[in-house]
Amino acid sequence: MPMITYREALHHALREEMTRDERVLIFGEDVVAYGGAYGVTSGLAKDYGEKRVFDAPIAEGVIAGAAVGAAMGGLRPVAELMTINFALLAADQIINHAAKVMHMFGGQMSVPLVMRAVGGGGAQLASTHSQSLESMFAHVPGLKVVTPATPADGKGLLKSAIRDDDPVLFIEHALLYRVRGEVPEGEHLVALGKAEVKREGKDITLVAYSRMTLVALQAADLLSQEGIEAEVVDLRSLRPLDMETVLASVRKTHRALTVEEAWRSYGIGAEIASRIQEEAFDDLDAPIRRVSGVEVPLPYAKNLEQAAIPDAQRIMKAVKEVLARTGG
Amino acid sequence: MGGKTATKVGQSGLDKKTLLNFLHQMLLIRKFEDKAGELYARGKIAGFLHLYNGEEAVAVGAISALEPHDLVITHYRDHGHATARGLDVKRLMAELFGKATGVSKGHGGSMHFFDATLGFYGGWAIVGGHLPLAVGLGLASNYLRKNQVILCIFGDGGTNIGYFYESLNVAKLWNVPVVFLCENNLYGMGTALHRASAIREVYRKAAVFDIPAERVDGMDVLAMREATVKAVAHARGGGGPYFLEAMTYRFRGHSMADPILYRDKSEVEEWKQRDPIILFQQRLREEGVLTPQDLEQMERETDELVADAVKFAEESPEPPLSDLHEDIYANP
Ligand SMILES: Cc1ncc(C[n+]2csc(CCOP(=O)(O)OP(=O)(O)O)c2C)c(N)n1
Ligand SMILES: [Mg+2]
Repeated sequence: MPMITYREALHHALREEMTRDERVLIFGEDVVAYGGAYGVTSGLAKDYGEKRVFDAPIAEGVIAGAAVGAAMGGLRPVAELMTINFALLAADQIINHAAKVMHMFGGQMSVPLVMRAVGGGGAQLASTHSQSLESMFAHVPGLKVVTPATPADGKGLLKSAIRDDDPVLFIEHALLYRVRGEVPEGEHLVALGKAEVKREGKDITLVAYSRMTLVALQAADLLSQEGIEAEVVDLRSLRPLDMETVLASVRKTHRALTVEEAWRSYGIGAEIASRIQEEAFDDLDAPIRRVSGVEVPLPYAKNLEQAAIPDAQRIMKAVKEVLARTGG
Repeated sequence: MGGKTATKVGQSGLDKKTLLNFLHQMLLIRKFEDKAGELYARGKIAGFLHLYNGEEAVAVGAISALEPHDLVITHYRDHGHATARGLDVKRLMAELFGKATGVSKGHGGSMHFFDATLGFYGGWAIVGGHLPLAVGLGLASNYLRKNQVILCIFGDGGTNIGYFYESLNVAKLWNVPVVFLCENNLYGMGTALHRASAIREVYRKAAVFDIPAERVDGMDVLAMREATVKAVAHARGGGGPYFLEAMTYRFRGHSMADPILYRDKSEVEEWKQRDPIILFQQRLREEGVLTPQDLEQMERETDELVADAVKFAEESPEPPLSDLHEDIYANP
């Protein structure tokens, strides 16, 4: 299997889906000459023509709204919102329209669209450009929210998202574009709403998504050297959420720790912890803990930013605290 | 390019000291930017860095028309505006370094300069996001009878977002003292103006709200000043908002990450023929205001200011980790 970057994997997914289905088109900010803020659409305008790949002004509201309209009109748009921070300017269209069309009009019409946006911090872009806002969108019924951590999942999930008949917010992570991994060539689909055990272990379940999956894996490797075997579950999709995989793992390890870059309050970790205790309370040997981003607007200064984003050390410490509660 | 032909220095009504100060400020901005770009390449500065090279006359000319109690609010390409407003370049460089002595304590970085004491109300990085804030500041100025004018600066790319139209409409409706200044450098990131805007003459977008609007040569510091003096007088006199479109060009990439694949080298070279600093120097020399010695001294002074700023930034401490939890609420 070829080793390619996350960026290339996403690029391949777009290319393959555009070739497969003429109704797929891409528009958004700087997708043509710039090739997207992170280069994912580079070259697509040249190969597929500017009728199918074209720039939009800096106007997120109309980018998102036009994607909804285009989907209602029979197209399968992939709209590029550049970053999740700018999706806030489109939140009305995403939440009040994209997520509502299907149910509010009695199931007459779905809106098959994908909105791609970069999320996450760690690149010293300061507080308005470093946010992890996925839980805000995952909160909304009618939307699907996908957060791939690896190149293979990036490709497989993006292809599935484009084929899906519902609106999908596809959140990439700013620090993952250069990460390499094995990616199957051609038809490679990863179903939306399916988590994956990325590493097996018997002592504790680490539930993560997006870049934190990689950080959790790193922590698991380090813990292994100390004789602690952590299982790492990558959620991959936040809505729909695959609790089956999470619960199966917790029933095996009897302990769980959630890991997210986003703020702790009202977050994904809170949701996972709550569901585990609702459905597998008796299987738990210790209270569930959360490792999350520190609850501050992410500052620019490197030392402050680093201190605010979870790393392997913080995960390891939390794992040990959970194990200590059970004398493990 | 548009705008009028270059204003004669002698007809500007400005004294020698003021004229030389304009040149000094433009040089300082240029050198600060060149140094910042260099330090970015060396890893001393991180994040997004948007340089202002080529646009110096806009900031210096426009901001010179303000009174000390007026306000400046601008977008993320803010180094030139901050310098022209008189913020200490030491503390600006320290901000780029992410140091505790920076104007925003290292929390903001390049895009988020702020100095409330000098009426410099940011550095905002959501395109168009600060235009509504300018309207609100104008409202406060009227309500509290501050007699304050708000100079609100943004790019051509920022004139395509809903906020822009909402703000112009409300600014006119509420008759707020805001001077909207669009820096039309013909690109928003890699997208040319004509690919993003159905109207190429940006000032016409303001005209539909019956806001007086004009296009100015943004490479001509005196033209910028003259136009802004008029706009500020209009706003201060109770005439409501005014709109200026400064025609300019950024000589460098959108940010340091920009490979600049979207514009011809020849186009850049053509604009560099109208380098605002060189143009102004020439005019000052031709009219006998600037001697070679003056220029030499000014070069030396601005070099020193930038060198001192770097030294200050290098030697300043990082923000303490306790900063993470501070300044989040006024009353925690
Ligand atoms: C709402 C929003 N969308 C997208 C961006 C990303 N972005 C940052 S700068 C920029 C281009 C802005 O161009 P312009 O307003 O012309 O200013 P210039 O950079 O040319 O000075 C874009 C698209 C953003 N910061 N905010
Ligand atoms: Mg521009």
